Amino acid sequence: MPERDDIVGTSPLRKEGRAKVLGQAKYIDDLSLPGMWHGATVRSSIARGRIGAIHFAPEVDWSQFAIVRANDIPGENTIVHLTKDHLCLAADMVNHPEEPILLLAHQEKAALLAGVAGVRIEYDELPGVFTIEESEAAVANNDVDRIVWEGSEYGGTANCFKQYVLYSGEAKETEDGLAAAFEAADYIVEGEYHTGAQEQLYIEPNGVVAECEKDEKGNVVSVCVRGSMQCPYYLVHALTLVFGLPEEKCRAIQTETGGAFGGKEDFPSVIGTHAALLAMKCGHPVKMIYDRAEDMAATTKRHPSRTRHRTAVSKDGKLLACEIDIALDGGAYATLSPVVLSRATIHAPGPYKWRYVRVRAKAMATNLPPHGAFRGFGAPQSLFALERHMDKVARVVAISPEELRRRNFLATGDRTATGQLLTEPVDMRHLLARALEESDYYAKLARFAQENRGSAIKRGLGIAAFMHGSGFTGSGERRLNSVVAVELLADGRPQILVSSTEFGQGTNTILCQVAAQTLRIPYEQVVIAQPDTALVPDSGPTVASRTAMVIGKLVERASAQLLEKLRIESGLPEDHTPEQFTQAALAYLNAHGELRCSVRYEPVRPVEWNDELFHGDAYPAYAWAVYVAEVAVDLNTYSASLTRFDAMQEVGKIMHPVLARGQIEGGVAQGIGYALYEKCVWKDGRMMNNQMTNYIMPTSADLPEIHVYFEEVPSVHGPCGAKGIGELPMDGPAPAILNAIENATGLGFDSIPLLPEDIFEKAHSFTDPAHGGSEDLDPEKLGEFLPEVNA
Amino acid sequence: MRSDVAAYELSAPPTLQALLTQIASERGRHALIAGGTELMVALNTGRLGSRSLISIQHLRELRFVRVSESVVEIGAGTTFTDIRRNETIAKELPLLVQAASWTGSIANQNRATIGGNICNASPAADTPPPLLAYDAAVTLLSVRGERTIPYSGFHLGYKRMQLEPDEILYCVSVPRSYAGWQQYIRKVGTRNAQAISKTALACVALVQQQRIEEIRIGAASLADRPLRCAGVEDALRRRSLAPEEIEATVRTGRAALIREAKPIDDIRSTAIYRSVVAANLLEEFLSQLAS
Amino acid sequence: MRASLQMTVNGEQRRVDVPPIKRLLDVLREDLDLTGTKEGCGEGECGACAVLMDGELVNSCLIPALQANGARLCTIEGVSTEGRLHPIQQCFLENGGAQCGICTPGMILATHHLLEKHPKPTLEQIQEGLAGNLCRCTGYMRIFEAVRKAAEAQNAV
Repeated sequence: MPERDDIVGTSPLRKEGRAKVLGQAKYIDDLSLPGMWHGATVRSSIARGRIGAIHFAPEVDWSQFAIVRANDIPGENTIVHLTKDHLCLAADMVNHPEEPILLLAHQEKAALLAGVAGVRIEYDELPGVFTIEESEAAVANNDVDRIVWEGSEYGGTANCFKQYVLYSGEAKETEDGLAAAFEAADYIVEGEYHTGAQEQLYIEPNGVVAECEKDEKGNVVSVCVRGSMQCPYYLVHALTLVFGLPEEKCRAIQTETGGAFGGKEDFPSVIGTHAALLAMKCGHPVKMIYDRAEDMAATTKRHPSRTRHRTAVSKDGKLLACEIDIALDGGAYATLSPVVLSRATIHAPGPYKWRYVRVRAKAMATNLPPHGAFRGFGAPQSLFALERHMDKVARVVAISPEELRRRNFLATGDRTATGQLLTEPVDMRHLLARALEESDYYAKLARFAQENRGSAIKRGLGIAAFMHGSGFTGSGERRLNSVVAVELLADGRPQILVSSTEFGQGTNTILCQVAAQTLRIPYEQVVIAQPDTALVPDSGPTVASRTAMVIGKLVERASAQLLEKLRIESGLPEDHTPEQFTQAALAYLNAHGELRCSVRYEPVRPVEWNDELFHGDAYPAYAWAVYVAEVAVDLNTYSASLTRFDAMQEVGKIMHPVLARGQIEGGVAQGIGYALYEKCVWKDGRMMNNQMTNYIMPTSADLPEIHVYFEEVPSVHGPCGAKGIGELPMDGPAPAILNAIENATGLGFDSIPLLPEDIFEKAHSFTDPAHGGSEDLDPEKLGEFLPEVNA
Repeated sequence: MRSDVAAYELSAPPTLQALLTQIASERGRHALIAGGTELMVALNTGRLGSRSLISIQHLRELRFVRVSESVVEIGAGTTFTDIRRNETIAKELPLLVQAASWTGSIANQNRATIGGNICNASPAADTPPPLLAYDAAVTLLSVRGERTIPYSGFHLGYKRMQLEPDEILYCVSVPRSYAGWQQYIRKVGTRNAQAISKTALACVALVQQQRIEEIRIGAASLADRPLRCAGVEDALRRRSLAPEEIEATVRTGRAALIREAKPIDDIRSTAIYRSVVAANLLEEFLSQLAS
Repeated sequence: MRASLQMTVNGEQRRVDVPPIKRLLDVLREDLDLTGTKEGCGEGECGACAVLMDGELVNSCLIPALQANGARLCTIEGVSTEGRLHPIQQCFLENGGAQCGICTPGMILATHHLLEKHPKPTLEQIQEGLAGNLCRCTGYMRIFEAVRKAAEAQNAV
């Protein structure tokens, strides 16, 4: 009798993998519908201003085009997020370059080129703000001309989408505690850290095909959008508002998606509603695929950030208190900024015990295309700052970076900065020790220190310690109220029905593993439905590292229910064979017609969370990690590259070892890009390097061997003890790399992306004695950089 | 895809002679497309100026490597992969093989041609620096005949070159005179593979008794065109590499390069970074010569 | 302007009537209904459009159809035989070499090309051979493993 307990934890073949390696997987641009037209977007060429006259070039035969403007929208002109400041199509004002103003559809894709070129828009240009600092200055100086966002009915203030304050205790008490701690501290260490925007750069650009059904009077009765997306129900919701239709009349179908990383979380609501509006206007299905240049210039990016740390630390390296100030650049509309900001806030104090914590955070409005979700969602930004800052604190206290961390880690039974009691075991000291051992840290530190003398190539190591919360924050999962179903197909195979999408991370595979193990049948016997909102319930968005843990748990419950049903009603024996399962399933269908078991989210443990005070159980579970980066910095070219990377993490039960490794390796690669290669070049709010030639993503020749190690501490929250894993690897690489660069060269950098030109500038600014600060200058190192100085 | 492909003409003349005849009679009307790794990108981004193109990729007469006693002749239609695979070039002109190997990807090397690389005339192009260092000559062909000029005089300014509207670049010839010379090439790009040059330096030098007898240097991205660093060469010719004098020689070379280079700030890098890094590369070369 | 072109695609003679500068990528996807070859960038940077043309790896987004006249093409659809996975495909499948799958067709063709030139590739040769195929999902490690396994499988035959 084959053992059925070993499916979760093994590495069966990816469910849709065969189709992918055959080139048979159908992505949205591979699909065509009969009579399909093509769509394109006419976009703002300025950052901010009033839209004036719109001219249509006479040489173009406009009768062949369908044209959609804001006043064609049957419902609300809004792309719904948490607020309604984001318009579906600009009407009177534009607030960022590339803002959509007009939509065009034509039967021939090539004709759209002349169409888009043939629309000339007059603007009454207004001044814009393009950085966090410019946005803040406008508020500080009461510069009404540069207040680019007024606030909305959902809150926010001038130029500021959202603000939070997190106190580790009661507000007044904490403020008093902070003041006292800083007063008494042996050292106060300050630092400011910056991260730039990052483009998700999924290899498949955004694309949809939309259809619209109208009644005899010409009113829209239903819409259906197929496409590349993470969250079909988000798109459904967007369609209900834009068309004024009930949910049952708005259908979203996810097609095979070629990468997402958050970039297809909220953006499909934009392109999806656009294509649907064009379908409405022209009476045909409409396909809209962005080319790379448009996708890069017009869609969401990771929020740039500025984080300020002020830390009180004792002379024996105990972290006493921290005041952290975070500012994010949200772009022109609020969209997801409040949520990104929230996660940034909660992760800001990191995996450490602090006596007193205050985090103040704000998301500022600028005239850039709205920033959005990207793997990590605020945590990479604040953890970059924290982990760079920890190295600085260590230096000031004159203990090693690893020792500082070791003395301050949270442990089982401790409370986090939000007051969450860590009931599930956590042992960061052990992870640290193992990471240092696997990376041969001490031996290499010593060896590099030796070898660096007299070499133009400086080598070094750096660490980062961090954690990532799985699932939606606090009561978010309760609000999502996810539903999952498992049903029987006509041939007796069970089919999983979720709106959770596959985009490479392994959703299909792991959920089928869970079902198979619970139902005690082979993995191959389980099917998962394409996320089509006409068929699948709303199991919430595929984000926040929630799929394995939250949805997996629901699949487990639904499967258990189905099994129970078959046991009771169809006499399925205990210890059944796969054939007996099929027989029982068919018997049930024969007798009852159908079997569908539906379950709704329930927290495994009660979740106490206060949204306003940032107090309580922020996340049901955390993954914990220590990463070690090994770099080589060539002082002839000032370029830094990774020579090795060690990623050590505890993520609960590893559901699928090959997929899990793949997640970490891929996330580390993106983190390396975030740190050293991927720079967005902006000019007046417009991305200037919106081509793959000029937006530099690491190739296979740029990445080191990435060594991945797992520890498993099962969590009650996930199936078989699984926790979230997808975003964790994004948080650690950047600070570990910059820590390594400082170790290698003595040069400290607090801003990413860090390019060779930046390293060059700092290396050569040593000639200015005012630069750097006392802990930076090392006369011995100085001489090696600038032989002319000593000559 | 930002061009209407139906609006473009593309033809393929059957022979080299037919090509020359056509471009002579229809002067300036057509753009020539070889491997397409530049022009098709322009087409894709909607920036291909010419509506009429002539394909020359198939012309066997342009794709050759001919080795004579004194010279290696490389047809303009020779691909980067052809260059990498050619044994003679590997032995005699290693800098050219190196440059070809770090241009684009294998897929692009299979299509990109040396003629296209030269005539696209980007100051960042990969083959010009070694060709300049090797003192190559270029042969230009038209119905009026052929003429051969030093490659160092071919580029006249930003994307301007010594090529009449009825001429094509026929071949590049490199003298087989570098046995016993020291050779060096290094490219600094935005990443390790598939990168456009921020700067690159190709150097050849004949060293005798710790003295630089002769030196030739070609550089990318230090001017509005591929740069033959004649000023640096003059400054370094006859200078000593002996241990007590190498520092002075390096300083002289660096200073001369920083004077001669006129790089710009652009989307990829900064002028000062380019200058200093180029000087570092030169220093690296000179240190290698000394050891 | 249209050109009447002939090419052998995955062993089959095909004829198309297309504007001569039309990208080979679009000819494959639109005129020949072979949608396995993908567009990721349109600039010859990402390699998602890679195919084999006369045995050489090329980016089909950069090839005008006229230049493929008379050529022998192999796309991802031609890698498997009668639904049986090629060892390279099998190894990608077994080793996590495909995550979202969009880079996979190009990556498999690049691997095919690599292993023909270097049946026992070193890590450096693998890195170079695949440097023109960008993958945003995997960090390349599982892909390298798949390539190594595929090399073993092919050499074992």
